Amino acid sequence: MTTKNEPGKTYLMQGNEAIVRGALEGGVHFASSYPGSPSSQVLGMLGHIAEQMGFRAEWSTNETTALQSCMGASFANGRSICIVKQNGLLVQSDTIHCGALGGIKGGLVIVSSDDPDSHSSTNEFDSRHMAISANIPLLEPASVQETKDMIPYALDLSEELEQMVLVRVTTRICHGRGGVELGELPEKRPFTPIGEWDRMVGINWLHSFLLEKLERAREAFEVSEFNHYNGKPKAKNLIITGGTGMKYVLDSLEDLGIEDEVGVLSLGTLWPLPEKLITEHLADAEKVLVVEEVDPFLEEHIAAIAGKYKINIEIYGRNDIIPQIGELNPEVVTKALKEFMGIEDEKAPACGGEGCPAAEGLAIPERELTFCAGCPHRASFFILKQALRREGNHGVVMGDIGCYTMAGQRAGQYGYHFMSCMGSGISAAEGLGQLTNYGFDQPVVSLCGDSTFFHTVVPGLINAKMNNANILHIVLDNSATAMTGFQPHPGTGETAMGYETEKISIKALCESIGCPVWEADPFDVEETTQLITDLIRKDGLKVLILLQPCATLAAKTRAKKKVWVDADKCRGDNCGCDRYCSRVWGCPGNIWDFEKDCAAIDEVVCVGCGVCAKICPAKAIQVEGGEE
Amino acid sequence: MNTNVVICGIGGQGNILASGLMGSALVEKGYKVSVGETYGASQRGGSVMSHLRVSDERERGVLIPHGQADIVVAFEPVEALRILRVYGNPDTKVIYDTRPAYPLGVLIGEDEYPALEDIAAEIDANCSESYALPATEMAVEAGNAKVANIIMMGALAAMDEMPIEPEEFFMALAQNFKGKVLEMNKEVFMTGYNAIKEGRGK
Ligand SMILES: Cc1ncc(C[n+]2csc(CCOP(=O)(O)OP(=O)(O)O)c2C)c(N)n1
Ligand code: SF4
Ligand code: SF4
Repeated sequence: MTTKNEPGKTYLMQGNEAIVRGALEGGVHFASSYPGSPSSQVLGMLGHIAEQMGFRAEWSTNETTALQSCMGASFANGRSICIVKQNGLLVQSDTIHCGALGGIKGGLVIVSSDDPDSHSSTNEFDSRHMAISANIPLLEPASVQETKDMIPYALDLSEELEQMVLVRVTTRICHGRGGVELGELPEKRPFTPIGEWDRMVGINWLHSFLLEKLERAREAFEVSEFNHYNGKPKAKNLIITGGTGMKYVLDSLEDLGIEDEVGVLSLGTLWPLPEKLITEHLADAEKVLVVEEVDPFLEEHIAAIAGKYKINIEIYGRNDIIPQIGELNPEVVTKALKEFMGIEDEKAPACGGEGCPAAEGLAIPERELTFCAGCPHRASFFILKQALRREGNHGVVMGDIGCYTMAGQRAGQYGYHFMSCMGSGISAAEGLGQLTNYGFDQPVVSLCGDSTFFHTVVPGLINAKMNNANILHIVLDNSATAMTGFQPHPGTGETAMGYETEKISIKALCESIGCPVWEADPFDVEETTQLITDLIRKDGLKVLILLQPCATLAAKTRAKKKVWVDADKCRGDNCGCDRYCSRVWGCPGNIWDFEKDCAAIDEVVCVGCGVCAKICPAKAIQVEGGEE
Repeated sequence: MNTNVVICGIGGQGNILASGLMGSALVEKGYKVSVGETYGASQRGGSVMSHLRVSDERERGVLIPHGQADIVVAFEPVEALRILRVYGNPDTKVIYDTRPAYPLGVLIGEDEYPALEDIAAEIDANCSESYALPATEMAVEAGNAKVANIIMMGALAAMDEMPIEPEEFFMALAQNFKGKVLEMNKEVFMTGYNAIKEGRGK
């Protein structure tokens, strides 16, 4: 990402880079975030250049603290940006509502990245609803260029209205690339001292100001350059798009050769909606197709506008001809356009059906996600499963969010029973565990990662302590926020701008509230299995920290040991073990040599952790220097 | 002029860097470029793909419609087939690395990985031209398995549909690498480029 002041120069940029560039061109003083896909990379990039560009960038323990820090910076007329994923925006909900009521001083923009189709999320929640609920302005870019342009605009608007502004982006913007023409980098603006009688207080007598600010936003949006019209003027067939919808629609219309038959109104200012602009176009149209990501947000509000202004019109979209779930793509959009325009489908062979090349071709294996070679989570779930087997698989495991969420699949032997939002495992376990006082008699185990521990588990742990919970809580401490790309957290000792900071010890923190704590290494398969068995059988609240760095981190510091299979010892398929190493353990480094009918190690993939050697029943796997 | 290229592989093979470098070089030359990247939780063995769309008219949406890829560049044989089936048409050209990466289901013994000859046969039957390049092997020879992606970009640049010269790609490389690493990348790029020009693996 370029930090140069080269107005007019065009670079290929990723959407996430465009957010960074937009923040620079908007003259931000403060940036904060808790990582989440698809916008995880943004604050890392900001942290990298913050020193040089003279602003502050921070990773926060969670999204709430991130936003509240921005509000503080805004009080002195500082400009700030807070970057979160859709779940993070929901975590911020109370802060946004109260903060909106109190208003802000320096421009404050929240960028919330949604993940339609949940490419790397557990859900595809639609952030746009937050703007309505909190009464704040909402923007959504249609391209990478607009993403860059919208951030400084949103900062200006926010300052003008003294209100926070929400910018919604989606995976195809964040992870997409396009040409971006740079704008000017501004001079840094000085702060304004906070006077004795200056206030930022969220209280209900400001409710009318909140609504009045929204009306002012609507006026600005009526003439905003982020709303475009393409195609036939005064079209009877009108398409209205939000976000990524615009480009898919323009491409598909061209492919279908009907670009001159319809009008396309692309909206970038989504809340409050520019009613005048919309009614002008609705007045000429007979029917409308709304193309947007995830929920029928625009569709339903445009229907409401049509109702309010008594415009009799047919409105289609996510409620009917576009599927209600999943992301937009050229296929979905083309199909919807054909249906909308009454274009017959040529009889293309159905995917996988008769005449489809795939149906007659080779069977090709799916690529299911799994833990990396040498991942400590694979070992942790392996031993947890072993320990639970000793209890007759009687225990209940309450999971949480991180790389270890993959343990719900084959990669972790379907290793947990419960998974919801970040921080929920421990408190759900607390509630369940309490039932043991009333006749429920299964042991309850909860899990979390180290980053998740700081994010939201701490209050849950204190709650568990206060209420004398009867659970074993396991912290899978891999010294990393691995899932989202290794961002610093309070236990890692670094900050976004590269400064050192004192590490916060999970063990000391647990002990300080009176929890008994054990530490163990998941690679010590036998000892740790025994320890978990013992802890499950013990009553009360117990915390076990399983310490072993993420394989990706370990690869940077640890010398790789050579690992190989002694073909004479390997029992092969025939005799007993049934390919235990690859079938049950399932590290991508453990492969099968079909010619020798014997286990093998993929040397490119194996990182030499040596754990498979410990679990092989025939002791056929050899590790350089012997097993530790 | 419109060229659609799908670059695919599995997490960790350097897909994103490769498509970004190629895209930057083309933007520098004045083309309208869009790149769409599909990756889930990366680094953990999932399929990954980038859609690179080059045009001299306007910037297109980030996804190539099914059946409209002009070129498929695959860092893994089964991925070549997977993508060709969805995005290919009889005129599509394919360049693929011949080194397999086994999915979890195969390792576990529940799925089978097709024989390489069978994969090659099906690819050939469904495209207009294919190049089977041992890019990972070539990269290991050059001293680093990780640069297979740059070798594949060299191969892509050698295709007639790609309006790019090696020197133009080197400028994009020079914005990301310096010194010895830059030289090494330029060298391996040329091995891929020359391989295609010589018709290797065709
Ligand atoms: C509220 C919320 N914020 C952010 C995310 C994105 N996210 C998913 S897992 C994760 C961090 C996991 O780190 P850790 O708990 O240390 O587990 P690891 O991935 O290292 O195993 C994050 C930030 C999310 N799912 N929900
Ligand atoms: S990134 Fe680290 S924690 Fe995540 S699966 Fe890989 S080794 Fe495990
Ligand atoms: S030693 Fe075994 S378990 Fe560890 S990375 Fe290598 S193959 Fe995987």
